[in-house]
Amino acid sequence: MKRFLPGQHAARSALFLALLLAAPYALPNEYYLSICILACLNAVVAVGLNLLMGYAGQISLGHAAFYGIGAYATAICTTRLGLPIPVGMAAGVSLAAVVAWIVAAPTLKLKGHYLAMATLGFGIIVSIVFNEAVDLTGGPSGYVGIPRLALSGYAFDTDHAYYNLMAVVLALVVLGSLNLMKSRTGRALRALHVSEKAAASLGVDIAAHKRFVFVLSAALAGLAGVLYAHYLSFIAPASFGFAYSVQVVVMVVLGGMASVWGSVAGAFFLTALPEALREFEDIDILVYGAILVGAIMFVPDGLAGGLGRLARKLRRAGAAHGN
Amino acid sequence: MAIDAAAPLLDVSGATVRFGGIHALTDADFAIAKGSVTALIGPNGAGKTTMLNAITGMVAISDGEIRLDGTDIAGLAPHKRAAAGVVRTFQNLEVFTSMSVLENVMAGRHALTRYTVAASLLRTPGFRRAERQCRERALDCLEFVGLADDRDAPAGDLPYGRQRLLEMARALAADPKLLLLDEPAAGLNSKETARLGDLITAVRDKRGVTVGLVEHDMDLVMNVSDHITVLHFGHPLAAGAPDQIQANPEVVKAYLGEDE
Amino acid sequence: MLSGAPQYLVSGLTQGAAYGLIGLGFTMIFNTTGIINFAQGEFVMLGGMLAVAFLGLGLPLPLAVAAACLATAVVGALMERLAIRPLAGAPAINAVIITIGISILLRGGAMLVFGKDTLALPAFSGVAPILAMGAAIQPQSIWVLAVTLALLAALKLFFSATIQGKAMLACSCQKKAASLVGISVARMALLSFSLSGLIGAVAGAILAPITMTAYDVGTMLGLKGFAACILGGLGNPFGAAAGGLVLGVLESFGAGYVASGYKDAFAFVVLLLLLFVKPSGLFGKAGVERV
Repeated sequence: MKRFLPGQHAARSALFLALLLAAPYALPNEYYLSICILACLNAVVAVGLNLLMGYAGQISLGHAAFYGIGAYATAICTTRLGLPIPVGMAAGVSLAAVVAWIVAAPTLKLKGHYLAMATLGFGIIVSIVFNEAVDLTGGPSGYVGIPRLALSGYAFDTDHAYYNLMAVVLALVVLGSLNLMKSRTGRALRALHVSEKAAASLGVDIAAHKRFVFVLSAALAGLAGVLYAHYLSFIAPASFGFAYSVQVVVMVVLGGMASVWGSVAGAFFLTALPEALREFEDIDILVYGAILVGAIMFVPDGLAGGLGRLARKLRRAGAAHGN
Repeated sequence: MAIDAAAPLLDVSGATVRFGGIHALTDADFAIAKGSVTALIGPNGAGKTTMLNAITGMVAISDGEIRLDGTDIAGLAPHKRAAAGVVRTFQNLEVFTSMSVLENVMAGRHALTRYTVAASLLRTPGFRRAERQCRERALDCLEFVGLADDRDAPAGDLPYGRQRLLEMARALAADPKLLLLDEPAAGLNSKETARLGDLITAVRDKRGVTVGLVEHDMDLVMNVSDHITVLHFGHPLAAGAPDQIQANPEVVKAYLGEDE
Repeated sequence: MLSGAPQYLVSGLTQGAAYGLIGLGFTMIFNTTGIINFAQGEFVMLGGMLAVAFLGLGLPLPLAVAAACLATAVVGALMERLAIRPLAGAPAINAVIITIGISILLRGGAMLVFGKDTLALPAFSGVAPILAMGAAIQPQSIWVLAVTLALLAALKLFFSATIQGKAMLACSCQKKAASLVGISVARMALLSFSLSGLIGAVAGAILAPITMTAYDVGTMLGLKGFAACILGGLGNPFGAAAGGLVLGVLESFGAGYVASGYKDAFAFVVLLLLLFVKPSGLFGKAGVERV
């Protein structure tokens, strides 16, 4: 394992941010900006979910619920309740976190398939509520009229402005996650992933740590949700169902478990893929599925793992050549 | 180092553990004197690992008391017992294979590395200082067991014997009062076992940590122990100095069975 | 107030039998390979859809259904051979993702071939409802229950009387030991996927006349089948069947008496409550992995 240099995370995140901010100038037209915004939103959710799945070794097949809770909470707060946008956003993130806190206690006692099923069931129940509680959420036809994001007078009314905001948010989320995982919390989570009893024997409060990372990942999904709502101005339950929960899991696995950068890559790739496949029209779902199956079969440790292995091979080849 | 016979560091009295119909421990007493290496031996199924599990909180006792330095710890959750000063190693290696050797040992100092989540996010000076100290102490433990050169290796890549040393280094990093070793010699060859013996003695003498040892390797036990307790069917059969235990006919019978 | 009860019971049992069969499919694969097959729902979808297709090609109904089920069994076998077996050493989550990928593939393929329309399979023996015990029972419901029972009986016989069946049970108890005594675990895996494909397709075909079928029915049915399997205790095949029945009945009564919109949520609420209280399921052994 490589030696870690101080300031490495900040430097890389800054470089990442610079690349993101420069990217729009390389794109042919504004339409692609909306894809980029969605990619950043998905990346925030994926990074959060990876903390739970990759590092802590838990699983959530219902994370779309927190994304939706964030979105609907801010939608209702800023329209029907007439609250200012920052309040709505705070409400969205907080509500996602609180719901996760409540669900965490009984759920995280479960393991493996039972945990998967519990989170899956939770996600489905929430998405059904989104559909059925028409008075609150507008039902299947969705919720309209959510104000575009505006903070202290500045309105993010162009896609480019919104994208810049998302880039900053994502870079900060990445930096925070990297920093957190390279600390005692990260060590504790990775420890309990491998051996709960050994971790406990060294003083790690297993239940508290699991709950913490679950709530954190839910809060991040909620954050993405509020930013999503204030971008599209319209949200519908279909975006927050089982299909999305699965998509985010795939982003995490494809990107590489326990790799923050991997989750970003996985999210970007899987957000761009349907767009790239759009020209295939009817067979786009088919190709998507095929690429998914192929990717997992041939690169089982994800993009991050695959690149890591490639890098090591190149280094060894370089060293052998040098001799 | 003189053994303080008056006040045992660990005092288990009347411990009873039942798994359904099986009585793993029945009214078992077990004491470890401060500054000693005390072994717990007995035939298979005698309840040795159950005793360790009870002391570390992985199994609940239905009766009895467990006192560490006079304080009752029987009600504490497992992760709180580490903070109280009891740390253990495991019979089946529980090394954190996804982390490096150094990170494993740093993880051992979890309870002693204190900073908030916010501090780790912002990389405050307090955080940096705490991490540096954690790293230094971890390296110190690695050097003590002889693994300093392997510090950046993935823990899972280490050969078996060195993984055992890693577990010990990780446990020592927690600055325990009492270090419990669960069959540390299992799977080691005679050279590695001899080194282990030296290490255990060094832990007692150079680091001032009291050691509790569950072991089957009798040579090791007789060489390093100051005191031995023999467990048989979940209940103590005999306790005393190594030569006393070796000469005890009851112990011999328990281990070797009745003469035909 | 209880006027609707017999009706709800009948429709609940009907739907529940189908859930039970789907759950059974999950359990069989899980027992032999340790994988949760998220494509199980698509096997169900294929059963109904292919039956409609074969009917359209001119086959008489019984043959169309039989052909659909056999075809789906082949799909299951191909899935195991081409996608699951190569994965042997990978972490469990990868297998989950692969099955999800395959379910996407199957759904996409069905959409391509059959379009997005809802299709109807004719009832096996007419639609005149039989009035009994205060409920109007569709003949198809009787088919569903009868076929389910017959299939369960056949499986019981298979597991207890045939060498292949016993070999599968052996795999589910102890894979390593099973392979040491000469059982080909790989072949058992293939068999389990084929059988699950068959059973799933049967569930789809017998249900299609009642609930119609379309390219996307697989998802929710699969999830509920999974819930049935957890309800009955993961790993217990007949528990899965019983779990399915319980789920179907609860769902039906919930929809009838509480609110039909939340019908789908019902199954999962029950499931969550059960998991929080007794994760080993109604019939599973207690002592499942809890912290």
